[in-house]
Amino acid sequence: MQPIAVISIFVLAVFVGFEVVSKVSSTLHTPLMSGANAIHGVILVGAIIVADEATSNLELGLAVAAIVLATINVVGGFVVTDRMLEMFKPKKGGEQK
Amino acid sequence: MSNFVYDLIGLGAGVLFILALKGLSHPKTARRGNLMGAAGATVAIIMVFFHLKEHHNLGWIFGALAFGLAVGVPAARKVQMTNMPQLVALFNGVGGGAAALVAIVEYLKLGSTATTAEVIFTVFTVVVGCVSFSGSIITFLKLQELMTTRPVVFPGGRFVIAANLAAVLAVSVWVVNALGTNPLLILAALSLLFGVLFVLPVGGADVPIVISLLNAFTGLTVAASGYVLDSTLLIIAGTLVGASGTILTRLMAEAMGRSLFGTLFGAFTAKPQAQAAAGEERPVKSGSPEDVAILLNYARRVVIVPGFGLAVAQAQHTVREMADLLISKGIDVAYGIHPVAGRMPGHMNVLLAEANVPYEQLAEMDDVNPTFGQTDVAIVIGANDVVNPAAENTPGCPIYGMPILKVSDAANIIFLKRSMRPGFAGIENELLYDPKTTLLFGDAKASLTKVVSALKGL
Repeated sequence: MQPIAVISIFVLAVFVGFEVVSKVSSTLHTPLMSGANAIHGVILVGAIIVADEATSNLELGLAVAAIVLATINVVGGFVVTDRMLEMFKPKKGGEQK
Repeated sequence: MSNFVYDLIGLGAGVLFILALKGLSHPKTARRGNLMGAAGATVAIIMVFFHLKEHHNLGWIFGALAFGLAVGVPAARKVQMTNMPQLVALFNGVGGGAAALVAIVEYLKLGSTATTAEVIFTVFTVVVGCVSFSGSIITFLKLQELMTTRPVVFPGGRFVIAANLAAVLAVSVWVVNALGTNPLLILAALSLLFGVLFVLPVGGADVPIVISLLNAFTGLTVAASGYVLDSTLLIIAGTLVGASGTILTRLMAEAMGRSLFGTLFGAFTAKPQAQAAAGEERPVKSGSPEDVAILLNYARRVVIVPGFGLAVAQAQHTVREMADLLISKGIDVAYGIHPVAGRMPGHMNVLLAEANVPYEQLAEMDDVNPTFGQTDVAIVIGANDVVNPAAENTPGCPIYGMPILKVSDAANIIFLKRSMRPGFAGIENELLYDPKTTLLFGDAKASLTKVVSALKGL
């Protein structure tokens, strides 16, 4: 990839990242952190690529460990965020006992 | 699949991540936002299998995926909501660990064709990924209370940390120039140590800020990996998390009235503190559940201040029962929610929503504070630091500057506490000795149950 392309993607993504979360009520800080946390679990893609290209047992072992950790991060992250947000669903009409 | 199509689909996943963060910023769209993020990750992971060149180790890859699923899903589904913050910390840590491991494997393969930029980004990922991993493990231990929640500061600690940081930088330069496996392992070990030393001096109340920061760190390592692995998607996703995580860290610090700089560089400036004269015996006024019930029964306005002790005792349902009873007697009831009630911003809202407390009764700190003057009874349940006036009038104490719920303005204050033990931040609370304060000792759920039955008898 051209360095200028990489730098452009990086800079634009920084601004998008700043912009989308600039105003968030404190109630949503934890779910937002947890959701962003799950998104970086997409390093799983990288872990799968290096596992596929591993040529020694050492490389494969490290890559497999990376896949396990990244899977826990991405799957667990989205599931736990969903559980937090489940509580915010609007309760319309009537008392719940 | 051609590289172009693969990259295009990767871009689509990146857009889904942007929509996910956008959605997560508003209560109405938050859940959908999270699902979009999950969809983006799913697309990205399925697509990478069409992109693989070697297909050597598919058995291992699928086995590892299955194992990760078998661990991650039950952990996330079964965790008690009270323990959720430490699980988030742990998930962040394993993400950082995964990024570091990927970078180590990349490094082993780099060989002589690697550009300097690739080597630098790889080394960066190893360092920051390791810091994020070990730092998150320490925050986990603190939140799980497997170790002290107070700042851990030892004499000369800041010199040790500074020396550690200098060593990390020096070895990084060595690794970039020498390209050896052993220097890399030394670097990883030093980085792990730095993560530990970096988080140890952080007090319990500041831990969420640190988790958020480490989360942003991990994002940046993912972006750096994306550069080395030539994956636009990883660059986009990692940078998004790095940028939004940085902003979120600042927002959290603001909501808690903490200086970000002070929290992060506490390690360099903290001095071992002489503990305030602890164990000093002073008179407190403790009451029976019946006393509390009478105070509540003849109030016109009651503000409930829930804290982590309420959640630990699983008393959310009992407190709602008490609130319903008071409302049925025509008493005005509100819950005063501190931004960091519980262990993390918004944690208490989640816990109360789980007990079906109506959203309208939850008042944020800025809305409820001006009303304490007209409040007859403020009932503080398992909370301490968030109502501690020391945050306003004791410069130099660890929570000084944190906005608090001004329960001291209320006509009567009731504390439900297990003991006189200080709160998470480890600071004595003057309010406990105030003449208008009544203390009701015991497990929050047991105490509230007694108060509820006493109220029914009135």
